[in-house]
Amino acid sequence: MRKWFLILLLTPLGLSGQQMLTGQILDGSADGEVGLGGVNLIWLDTQVGAVADFDGNFELPYKPEYKQLVISYVGFKDDTLTVSGPGRIVHTLEPDSSLDAVTVSVEKKASSRSFIQAQNVVLVSSDELLKAACCNLSESFETNPSIDVNFSDAVTGTRQIRMLGLTSPYILITTENIPAIRGAAQTYGLSFIPGTWVESIQITKGSGSVINGFESITGQINAELQKPTTDVPLFLNLYGNLSGRLEGNFHWNQKVTDKWSTGLYVHGNIRNQKNDRNDDGFLDMPLQEQINVMNRWQYTDTEEGIVSFINVRFLNDSKQTGQKDFDPSRDRGTTNLWGSEIDTQRFDVSGKLGFVNTELPWRSLGIQGAFSYHKQESYFGLRNYDITHQSFYGNVIYNSIISDSRHKIKTGIGFTHDAYDELVEGTNFDRIENSVGGFFEYAFDNLDALTLTAGLRVDNHNRFGFFVTPRLHARYEVWNKGVFRISAGRGIRSANIFTENQQLFATNRTIAINDEGGSIYGLDPEIAWNCGVSFLQGFELFGRKADIALDFYRTDFENQVVVDWETPTAIRFYNLEGSSFANSFQFEFNYELVDNLDFRSAYKFYDVQIDYDSGRLERPLTPRNRIFANLGYEINKADESPSWKFDLTYNWLDQARFANTSQNPVEFKRPERSPSIGTLNGQITKVFSKSFEVYLGGENITDQRQTDPVISAENPFGDNFDTTFLYGPIFGRMVYAGLRLKMN
Amino acid sequence: MKKLLIVLAIMSAGLTYAQNKNAKANIEIDGVCGMCKMRIEKAAVETIGVKRAVWNVETHELSLIFNEKKISLDAIEKNIAAVGHDTPNHKAPDDAYDAIAMCCKYRDPAVVEDHKNMKGKHGGGR
Repeated sequence: MRKWFLILLLTPLGLSGQQMLTGQILDGSADGEVGLGGVNLIWLDTQVGAVADFDGNFELPYKPEYKQLVISYVGFKDDTLTVSGPGRIVHTLEPDSSLDAVTVSVEKKASSRSFIQAQNVVLVSSDELLKAACCNLSESFETNPSIDVNFSDAVTGTRQIRMLGLTSPYILITTENIPAIRGAAQTYGLSFIPGTWVESIQITKGSGSVINGFESITGQINAELQKPTTDVPLFLNLYGNLSGRLEGNFHWNQKVTDKWSTGLYVHGNIRNQKNDRNDDGFLDMPLQEQINVMNRWQYTDTEEGIVSFINVRFLNDSKQTGQKDFDPSRDRGTTNLWGSEIDTQRFDVSGKLGFVNTELPWRSLGIQGAFSYHKQESYFGLRNYDITHQSFYGNVIYNSIISDSRHKIKTGIGFTHDAYDELVEGTNFDRIENSVGGFFEYAFDNLDALTLTAGLRVDNHNRFGFFVTPRLHARYEVWNKGVFRISAGRGIRSANIFTENQQLFATNRTIAINDEGGSIYGLDPEIAWNCGVSFLQGFELFGRKADIALDFYRTDFENQVVVDWETPTAIRFYNLEGSSFANSFQFEFNYELVDNLDFRSAYKFYDVQIDYDSGRLERPLTPRNRIFANLGYEINKADESPSWKFDLTYNWLDQARFANTSQNPVEFKRPERSPSIGTLNGQITKVFSKSFEVYLGGENITDQRQTDPVISAENPFGDNFDTTFLYGPIFGRMVYAGLRLKMN
Repeated sequence: MKKLLIVLAIMSAGLTYAQNKNAKANIEIDGVCGMCKMRIEKAAVETIGVKRAVWNVETHELSLIFNEKKISLDAIEKNIAAVGHDTPNHKAPDDAYDAIAMCCKYRDPAVVEDHKNMKGKHGGGR
């Protein structure tokens, strides 16, 4: 009888419900990170073991009673690692000519660049996510140089992420490979995914794969969520900071039957303390409340051959911001005081299913489906903005090989349905978008230096028509630990001009759409090409591992919806005429300075220019130069005894261009460019045991502040009121503390 | 939903191909380490007709899936022997064996013994 069993194709999960330890063994004799294939791994005093594959990758079952992992390989020193839980480890075996000496060293890298994959992928593990409080997904990138975090405006305190110099709408953000943050969720969606729910993040620079759609332009970010079978049975996290924000996270995971496991993940946060440190009369950050509940079901039946994930999630978020004394029940709809409320409800259901044929292990089939309902009701002073977005997503992916396992293919079909209903200051904008498409991706691996992924998808969209999306990624190991990559690809998307530029409502600019006849708000879809090259070199410096990475990416828009802030009393949207591009250059240097002291640094240069109807200008509020540095240190890293972790991150942003204010009265003018600004964040974590740790951190420790974030704060109903000229923190130094409790 | 069922039907139809297009074989190939594994698997999978090849360092067993219409097991073994690894029916030529790395010299009892020692030895803790 043919035995079938199912796996989740697109997740790096183990097949069975048991907990797994995965990771990679690296060759200490090679320069940089090269996987060491064939290494033997065995749990001490057990028969449970595994052998690493070609690239040194391995996977083996984990149980809490397995504590010591013995790693051995001919010609290398034996190592015994103390493993505290399931997850992923990266370990380097040192060569040994005598075959006798035994040394122990443990290394667990929190974030790493892949030397193996064709795509330029940065992996962020749960360890990295613990380096900052990471209350939600938008804050998870603070310690990562590939993603830039900016504030979008002075009233909502929303953090906006950017990649390759462009904002998040140009990034495809998925949770477990299902597009998650798009449409109406674009602005606040990242803050709707609590940090503790995130198990790991994969960041792909460049256009990425065609499998999850045509929308990604500068990159893809995938967040893997906690899974009922791998997360701890009980988890509690409490957090508080000096701005009055309190957060709680609770996870409960339970095996229900042999086959079913379930997890309940509850997040709540509240801030009811009013802060106005700069005395401009406006809250430095909103009052807010969020309840966020997710229930996951995981079904695993290896005998009958069924594994599945079903997720249900409900979110209710409300924010109030604006002038400090604003009272919604009294002042809403009046010009007594300026205030704003943003209420969001969201409901998500998603499911995944995968099949693998054990007879022909290269054949597998995956099915993904998702539905979301997102409703935002909001007002900003006298301006009302409501949006409802319902979305369906479906994708079927079939994996196989052509001739042999060096040539892999993925093919399938997908559809999306999005229904938008927007009310913008009394004007109704309804829109339905449907698309159906097929994709094909070919991956070649010569089992040596070359890997290549070429993908193509064709879609038919009710508003864009029929179009083709090609994507290419290739990797070539030029010499030992020197990896060269290229990528190129096309992306297309509709710009949700209001929801993506929601900060415009916290100004008194008049809204103008200067084109008509297009299919989305009268405008055309945005189409861009992204091409990039990168080079990664691992080497040894004074006997310690180091690597440097150089990236250059260019995004070129065929069409873009130009968001023109250059007239101080208006915001105008129109189709690009001429060119719009973003050049991004990044230099990264990472080095282990002494044992357990890791240094990471990056220099980034962005040249982002747009042809406005008034001429070519730099994209506003986009610093040309950025510097990132991070120091991480651990005491007693390898030990079972209590340990300490220290983390320090410095970010420096060059001056950025302000949108033109020359027509403003002199008191409301801003200079041509903002000042430069440097911020320092730090966190200390004390790990008492596997089940209990506390942390204390500071954001913006040197207390850098933008003193005048709101233009015309005294007269918020006047023509010049504007909160979007924001380049730095408003609140200044903030101290937070929290604890994490895990119960097995 | 209908489309899905059709796709599923096509997939499962594809799986009922005659066995000989996806013949399976497990053969013992001599070797000792991960480098051997890479060399053996590469030689096997680069043979036209071989679809998948996975060699186990512990058991020395090579699991093959190949198309019998295109290639015989004997021919696969020859190709593996040609890169320096002994197979049940073909001994690797001396020049090929000489070319493999020192740590891979599976005919040398000292190397094999070293490898066994490594496996048996459970580090020294800390």
